[in-house]
Amino acid sequence: MLHVIGKRLALVIPTLFGLSLLLFLWVRSLPGGPATAMLGERATPEAINQINEAYGFNRPILEQYVTYMGKLLSGDFGVSIETGRPVVEEFATRFPATVELSILALIFAIGIGIPLGYIAAKYYGKAPDHVSVVISLIGITVPVFFLAFILKWVFAVQLGWFPPDGRQDARIDATHATGFWVLDGLLTGEFDAAWDAFMHLVLPAIALGTIPLAIIVRITRASVLEVSSADYVRTARAKGVQEHTVRDRFVLRNALLPVVTTIGLQLGLLISGAVLTETVFAFSGIGRFLSQAIFSRDFPVLQGFILFIAVLYAIINLIVDLSYSIIDPRVRVQ
Amino acid sequence: MSTVLPPSSAASPVPEPSGARADQGSSLWGDALRRLRRNPQAIAGTIIVSVFVLVAIFAPLLAPYGGDALPGRGEIRPTFIPGIGVLSGYPLGLDRFGGDVLSKLIWGARASLIIGLVSTALGLAGGMLIGIISAAFGGWVDNVLMRFIDILLSIPNLLLAVSIAAVLGQGSAAIMIAIGASQVPIFARLLRSSMLQQRSADYVLSAQTLGLSRRTITMTHVLPNSLGPVVVQGTLSLATAVIDAAALSFLGLGGGRPQTAEWGRMLTYAQNELAIAPQLAFLPGICIAITALGFTLFGEALRESLDPRGRK
Repeated sequence: MLHVIGKRLALVIPTLFGLSLLLFLWVRSLPGGPATAMLGERATPEAINQINEAYGFNRPILEQYVTYMGKLLSGDFGVSIETGRPVVEEFATRFPATVELSILALIFAIGIGIPLGYIAAKYYGKAPDHVSVVISLIGITVPVFFLAFILKWVFAVQLGWFPPDGRQDARIDATHATGFWVLDGLLTGEFDAAWDAFMHLVLPAIALGTIPLAIIVRITRASVLEVSSADYVRTARAKGVQEHTVRDRFVLRNALLPVVTTIGLQLGLLISGAVLTETVFAFSGIGRFLSQAIFSRDFPVLQGFILFIAVLYAIINLIVDLSYSIIDPRVRVQ
Repeated sequence: MSTVLPPSSAASPVPEPSGARADQGSSLWGDALRRLRRNPQAIAGTIIVSVFVLVAIFAPLLAPYGGDALPGRGEIRPTFIPGIGVLSGYPLGLDRFGGDVLSKLIWGARASLIIGLVSTALGLAGGMLIGIISAAFGGWVDNVLMRFIDILLSIPNLLLAVSIAAVLGQGSAAIMIAIGASQVPIFARLLRSSMLQQRSADYVLSAQTLGLSRRTITMTHVLPNSLGPVVVQGTLSLATAVIDAAALSFLGLGGGRPQTAEWGRMLTYAQNELAIAPQLAFLPGICIAITALGFTLFGEALRESLDPRGRK
């Protein structure tokens, strides 16, 4: 196990190193130079000079790089131009919101996706199969933020079942300890606050979860179809193994391997989706902050957040790889 | 008949290692075409794509007004935006700028087609170049290129496109290059692995025994046989490009004038009037979804028809 982790880290670290170099070059290749890119085209030369001085953009490129890497390695990711707070802090305060949202989105996607995919494969070519194909096609072809619009319009504006935006009703005086507001409410016993935070999560989570849902449905379906025709499944049935045992231990367990991989790979989509979904629902997670940073050309934030996301992505993929050995004993042996 | 294979399936169609020539009835592509014609999914996809392309091409003839024209500027008030069928002469109503929604949807098809084609062509060209070099040279060249691709894949596609667009500045050219560039990694990976798979085929060995040069084998034998998955991905990328363009526009990276006839742009501005004029969001959103659906259906049917496991 340690060997596997070591091998993966050996691959991840150069990638992150390369990404940090690319991001360094990226900010310095912005049109008109980094200072102009941050201040806009109508910036005065004095202001540009000030920025150049403050960020060291007027120093030799090699020296800049050494300073940049030194700061990164000591955990200094710069300061947001918009808020004046350290990028790390901005990320840390918003990260729990996005995690909460992503977890609920994944629960929605997995909870519906795997059973739907399984049913589709079981009734291959019949009505349930067609329904699942249609659902997965909708999930793939409808833009996330358009779906968010529809959900918001129907369920928040028209029906009023869910709040249209935000993370919690401003009138609720809730204690926030962990940053996970639903959890906070449960821990402190403020159940109305927890419930309100949860209700704010539902619509964004459905919008965000639809793409992974679509992909999980089709992978599960394809994978179950493939495994179901395997010889060992036929053998198991011939031996008289009970149907639910065949389903759980022979078909699903083997079919889930590609599904797990896919869920890991969905993280990138989830972050892209969060940028759009959180913006539509004015949900203050890292996605909305990113889209605000894009609007306001807050490059230190973009630079830092992209790096954090890449690190996160690498960690998740490592966990996915390790989880193979739990699902599939064959991986463990190798 | 509607076996939908996972989009990133490892079991991508591997063209049969016969000298695939399109003019023979039993060739790979001929065979694929024959099966496409019997596939309802492919037919539906073709119809949608054809309508979309025709509307895009004949936009000047079909649209009552020009793309950027604001014929109804005098009709709108801050609290009143005429909806579908409210004013005669504007069947789908007006938008907040006074533009004719029907005309803008028609011109928007043209904008989407251009964005889709150009960005996918750029992504294909860049990805194939890297893929071919990587597969053909192997060794450290392959290593360096693939690590570079790894870096690009380590951040979400949309953020990659946003970052590239930030360097290129505002405007539709920047958007197209950004979307194209963000698709390079997937094409490069796909072509490389497909070529590596082909290289171990028997026909390559026989070509080597015949004394053909490595370049000839790579370019005239391995490459053509490796293109199946790339062509499929290209079709699917047209759908992604249309959706991504809308997303970038939504994030304020579109550039140009606000009233530009572009589906993503229309959708972006519509969010402010969601309560009083939801159709302004629904109409362009549905157009994007249907177009993406057309390309996806076609691409998946193509994937299926190229899959040798489905051949009889």
